[in-house]
Amino acid sequence: MNKSDYQINVAGENALIIYFNAPDSTELTPETSVRVQSATQILSESYAQHIVELVPSYASLLVVFDPIALDHYQMRKFIRQALSQVSDEASEQGRVIELPVYYGEEVGPDLARIAERSNLSIDEVIDLHCGDTYQVFTIGFAPGFAYLGQVNETIATPRLSTPRAKVPAGAVAIADRQTAIYPAESPGGWNIIGRCPTPMFSPDKSPVMPVAVGDKVKFIAISREEYLAMGGQL
Amino acid sequence: MTAQTTSALEVLHPGMLSLVQDAGRYGQAHLGLTSSGPADKEAFDWANRLLQNPANSTVIEVTFGGLKLKAKVNTVFCVTGAELQLTVNGEPKALWQSHRVQANDVIELGFATHGVRNYLAVKGGFDIAEQFASCATVIREGIGGLSGDKLKAGDLLPCSDQSMSASLKLASKDIPRYSKELCLRVVLGYQHASFSRLEQRRFFSSEYHVSKQWDRMGYRLTGPAIQSSQQAMLSEGICLGAIQIPSDGQPIVLMQDRQTIGGYPKIGSVFSLDLAKLGQAGQGTSVRFEPITMDCAHNELVLANARMDKVSIDTVPWD
Repeated sequence: MNKSDYQINVAGENALIIYFNAPDSTELTPETSVRVQSATQILSESYAQHIVELVPSYASLLVVFDPIALDHYQMRKFIRQALSQVSDEASEQGRVIELPVYYGEEVGPDLARIAERSNLSIDEVIDLHCGDTYQVFTIGFAPGFAYLGQVNETIATPRLSTPRAKVPAGAVAIADRQTAIYPAESPGGWNIIGRCPTPMFSPDKSPVMPVAVGDKVKFIAISREEYLAMGGQL
Repeated sequence: MTAQTTSALEVLHPGMLSLVQDAGRYGQAHLGLTSSGPADKEAFDWANRLLQNPANSTVIEVTFGGLKLKAKVNTVFCVTGAELQLTVNGEPKALWQSHRVQANDVIELGFATHGVRNYLAVKGGFDIAEQFASCATVIREGIGGLSGDKLKAGDLLPCSDQSMSASLKLASKDIPRYSKELCLRVVLGYQHASFSRLEQRRFFSSEYHVSKQWDRMGYRLTGPAIQSSQQAMLSEGICLGAIQIPSDGQPIVLMQDRQTIGGYPKIGSVFSLDLAKLGQAGQGTSVRFEPITMDCAHNELVLANARMDKVSIDTVPWD
């Protein structure tokens, strides 16, 4: 990457943030995701001893360091060295993870409303949702909560005006052009369309999560019986 | 090992919010796990130093006091942080000093008066299994501590038999004071350029107050609203102390249990040494902000480290 392709800003006394987009741009391009992922990988592999934490997101990477051990000039130098090694092709090898989803009104209370909004049948909504492959942009909000995108514009749906107090673990949901699986029961305002039997966050297992930032996700529609056979709860 | 024979401190009364904490959980943000760690790092560090513990030893962070423990072990402990009445078997003991306890002794923390958080450490640290490389408790995540939750009556905090040759005490002049008026230094950063000069001047010249919404995730302040010109933004990583300005213009200082990413504009981040002071603040505390450059912040940090190493710890006989 060239120096003109990114910007390094101060975040705090012990943190710098790398922006891979122009400051006001909320555009999400596959190139940007690849760069975020590649930069995260190079920094975590080759500069681990200088770094306390890396927080990759949609178009940025937060780099937390120990300001007693090194100053921000030195950290900037390391970041520039690392970013000079980021190439757009090199990391196009992200895995594609298939996740099963039981779609249906029994577990998708917002399916009918999304269908009505988009002038589609429920089956067409489901086909659009599992027809695309999604990028894992970032993980946050709660342990194991992966932000995936982008869903087909036809079924993009704004968040509920009043969030639900309880969304069950495994709920597959849409917010605008993003989609996600709730890793644990929690409050939530996304539109729920189905349920995934694969645990998204298992603190005592390795790997802890089936997906990582940079991976791609493909949803596979399964039947109610298959969902239950895979250990899904209703 | 049965519960009866566990070498531990037993929780008789947990107080309002007592949490197992260590220096924090790092390198796990890619899973969405927050850093956690002590809200007042200064008092946390002193608790371990007065017991000659390794810096990352596991302690209990007590908010508002009220913790009551029974020793099932002979050891040495220390409490630092907010002013409160500390007793062993009803006998008053000094904060910021190590004390011996024997099996069946009862340690009790009264209610915090100046400051809100205390750190109770034992010699050798509490021996609690790590989750994701840390014992720090995050209730929202259900991670860390004994069971991912705050302490409750009957919990056993495992620790070993320990002794020290003499009591260590921090000199009165070196004990931090917790003021109801704070000036927090801020390293400008993130979207600070989206706040006009006028908005920045308002931010740095106004008085804010800690609202009733303050906890380990963040401190919501009230005062003159400031506005960012940023229209929309993508969620991005949030560092400790970041000052988020939502559309209502009221600053939120993000603390140890903050969410790892967020999509509100941020004007910068509170300098860590000052953030520890905010960690002792409760509702109504007056807060002002003052800019500090990154270079000055680093100089201050290095100086503070050097100063901490030079503070003389008094060795005194056991009382």
